[in-house]
Amino acid sequence: MSFAKQNILGLSVTELSLALSEKWISSQELTEAYLSKIEESDGDLGAYLTVTAEIALSAAKRADILLSKGNARPLCGVPTAYKDNLCVAGVPTTCASKMLEGFIPPYSATAVKALSEQGAVMLGKLNMDEFAMGSSCCTSAFRLTRNPLDRERVPGGSSGGCAAAVVSEEAPYAIGTDTGGSVRQPAAFCGAVGLKPTYGRISRYGLIAFASSLDQIGVISRTVSDSALILNALTDVSARDTHDATLAKLPPIDFSKDINSGIRGLRLGIAPQFFGKDITREISLAVDNAVKTYNSLGATIVNVNLPSLKYALPAYYVISSAEASSNLSRYDGVRYGHRSSAPSDSIEETYICSRSEGFGDEVKRRILLGTYVLSKEHYSDYYQKALKVCGLIRTEFDSVFHQCDALIAPVTPTPAFKIERDFLSPVDQYNGDIYTVPASLAGLPAISVPCGTTSDGLPIGMQIICRPYDEKTLLRVARSFEAEVSAR
Amino acid sequence: MKLIKDYELVVGLEVHVELSTESKIFCSCPTAFGAEPNTQVYPVCMGLPGAMPFLNKKVVEYAVKAGLSTNCEINSFSRCDRKHYFYPDLPKAYQISQFDIPICRGGWIDIGNKRIGITRIHIEEDAGKLIHHPLNGTMIDCNRCGVPLLEIVSEPDISSPEEAEAYVKKLRSVLVYAGVSDCKMNEGALRCDVNLSVKKIGQSRLGVRTEIKNLNSFAFIRKAIEAEYIRQVNTLERGGQIIRETLRFDTDTGKVYTMRAKEDAADYRFFPEPDLPPIILTVDQIDGIRPQLPELPDSRKKRYSEQFGISDYDADVLVSNRTVADWFEAVAEMSKYPKIAANLTISQLFRLLPADIEEIPLSPAAMAEIADMSGDGEINSSVTKKVLDEAYMRGTSPREYVRENDLAQINDPSVIQATVYRVLSENPALIADYRSGKTNVKKMLMGLCMKLTHGKADPVKMNELLEKLLNSEE
Repeated sequence: MSFAKQNILGLSVTELSLALSEKWISSQELTEAYLSKIEESDGDLGAYLTVTAEIALSAAKRADILLSKGNARPLCGVPTAYKDNLCVAGVPTTCASKMLEGFIPPYSATAVKALSEQGAVMLGKLNMDEFAMGSSCCTSAFRLTRNPLDRERVPGGSSGGCAAAVVSEEAPYAIGTDTGGSVRQPAAFCGAVGLKPTYGRISRYGLIAFASSLDQIGVISRTVSDSALILNALTDVSARDTHDATLAKLPPIDFSKDINSGIRGLRLGIAPQFFGKDITREISLAVDNAVKTYNSLGATIVNVNLPSLKYALPAYYVISSAEASSNLSRYDGVRYGHRSSAPSDSIEETYICSRSEGFGDEVKRRILLGTYVLSKEHYSDYYQKALKVCGLIRTEFDSVFHQCDALIAPVTPTPAFKIERDFLSPVDQYNGDIYTVPASLAGLPAISVPCGTTSDGLPIGMQIICRPYDEKTLLRVARSFEAEVSAR
Repeated sequence: MKLIKDYELVVGLEVHVELSTESKIFCSCPTAFGAEPNTQVYPVCMGLPGAMPFLNKKVVEYAVKAGLSTNCEINSFSRCDRKHYFYPDLPKAYQISQFDIPICRGGWIDIGNKRIGITRIHIEEDAGKLIHHPLNGTMIDCNRCGVPLLEIVSEPDISSPEEAEAYVKKLRSVLVYAGVSDCKMNEGALRCDVNLSVKKIGQSRLGVRTEIKNLNSFAFIRKAIEAEYIRQVNTLERGGQIIRETLRFDTDTGKVYTMRAKEDAADYRFFPEPDLPPIILTVDQIDGIRPQLPELPDSRKKRYSEQFGISDYDADVLVSNRTVADWFEAVAEMSKYPKIAANLTISQLFRLLPADIEEIPLSPAAMAEIADMSGDGEINSSVTKKVLDEAYMRGTSPREYVRENDLAQINDPSVIQATVYRVLSENPALIADYRSGKTNVKKMLMGLCMKLTHGKADPVKMNELLEKLLNSEE
């Protein structure tokens, strides 16, 4: 049997995996279909920074050989794409920054290796906010990515290219990164599923650091079951990784198993801090309705309190900017990346010119902020205080998770905003991260699942947050909602 | 060094020592010295985007060994921090070091009768090396990037250039014993920063201190301290003020020059390294490392004095280099006369060994044989020297050499007597000279006696008899 081309692109990873292993389609066919979709639609959408057609086609051929032998892994032959802050050996990796234009890493990230070991087919590298700093994809130095559902709006960020590609059928799934919401927020804006696993679950080796204590590799997919399947592949290799010292040494788990076992008896927590004054009525209502659905599916709803969350946003910006200022120091134009061609008399001048030309405004803003909060004079007032807040938030989450098994919250206070919103001050833009940064600060696993649409037809995301390393419960809670909604 | 105008010298040292681990501190690159530029590099030590450090467990173990060997407390919790500054030899633009919680703190070592406090010992990574080429400009060799270092910070307990030298020598000796570093100064494996201030005797408040960076020989440490002491005293005597600054010692001119004033010194923006978990050391782990340490120089010295009857000074000389000490212990095991062996080692063997002793070509058995022949009166001192030279240079067996060349000591009193009588009867003029007060002609007579016996007679007995006859009233 064979599928019509348009049907192929609409299939989930779980369905593709089956179709490939049953040889209903070949990986080459599938890959070609995706490549022509990208060629046809990405000029306007702007999800990709690099399309690696040749690499994809040769990987597809290899995958087809494996598939024909009948012992292929679940993701074998399934195309994917990576956010452009994940190193792929021999392929330009830019972080959407002029600073890294033309940089070709000599090695691949552990996550990338994990998937290519499974036989995944890389279609290319996806657009993002410069160095993952932003929530609109608008700070990319190279191109604008549009929201597939409303071309006048942003896809969210920083993994905006990932979400746009997955929703517009330019990739069946994509690997992004989440520091303060960068997987969950674009997933919510575009109507995809965005999974941020626990900090320490997936090796960060080869992920170009923004804020090392918060960065985590995540998955953007079309279904919750897909994200479980992909998480399996990522954790399988991370369990053997020896490059990331912050990685938890845990035996691999099958996240797909029991994902459909429902949520009867689970306690779901609602905290008022996730429903502040900035949230739109539509989003608030959509999340409320989701909670009602859960109740009807047999979950107990409990009210919980996380008073310290009001400090989460400033703490997040202090810590992430501090670490960013440190992590981005290495881009000095000496060994790789952008080097100013302006005449200079000293190495200092070369540094200054290269960095001034290479970084965009948002990156510079955060480097300045981070340098300030780490300076001797201000360290204790800002950085140390932010760490204390972080500790408080962790403690509160700990105690809340004695009262419930998962928290239900919105992902964002508003749906996807218009591309022209430069009139918003940076602080107003940062406010959009208010509901995603708490899980980041506490290192908790969280997922964004579509839970409705606005009257304008824009997607609304619901966020589920669980205990550290309890992705199993997280995915089960997410899946039971998804299953219920799709059954309606 | 003599103090000038009652100004006391106050010195604290920061010694950087390269650890002799096979791989780097945060990746598996080799650390071998002298490889082609940029051949021992990896994304981690090159600071490539996305690369992450992973702490080499050996480095922690070595740091603990260094701490235990210098009487430090080992912190059960310590961590790595980032120290930021821009320089082309520092690929990440930050050095991973330890800021407020080092692995070891509060130790000491003794130099002679003085105790020098050790404030802390921490681990850190080395930077790369800039190579200035006349045609290609400045190039960067990253082989050194990520080579593990210990920084050992002393208390300001040092009060002369000689003490500074003795401290560094002792520290080096202890670290080589502990097996954590080879401390080869010519390869840059031991470098030293000097913190120095002066104050009038009796004053309790310390003066303003300056820092002299990166001294890599004992002579430079001594000379730099002397030069900076004189400079500070002269400045104060002229009514000037010492300003806090970082200095460079010019080995050609012997003077110090300003590198940078402290006011415009960089703010290093230290903060905990988020890519590395804290270093946790349990009591069990530390106790597991303790027995791996060998007997250290101080304890050996004490034992040598007691066990072999060697003077404190000689014992000190023998233990200061672990290769020598281990070798000497093997000799002492085999010899009836360890004290003679010690004397021979210090007075004769050291003359033959290079300054940087890495191995001793003379076998302990040969040395034991020589010491025993000497102690038993089978060979005299000049033959002993000859035999030792032969054995050292050519690996000849001492006993066989003595036999083949007929070098055994002449102990027969009749032969000695006959020789002395003959020399005296042939040199009446010299006897007259001696008796008129020119007693140094005795040496000449002794030389003639030894010549007659081909240098083999027991010189002590010969001398005794000669003296007796010269002083008799006949």
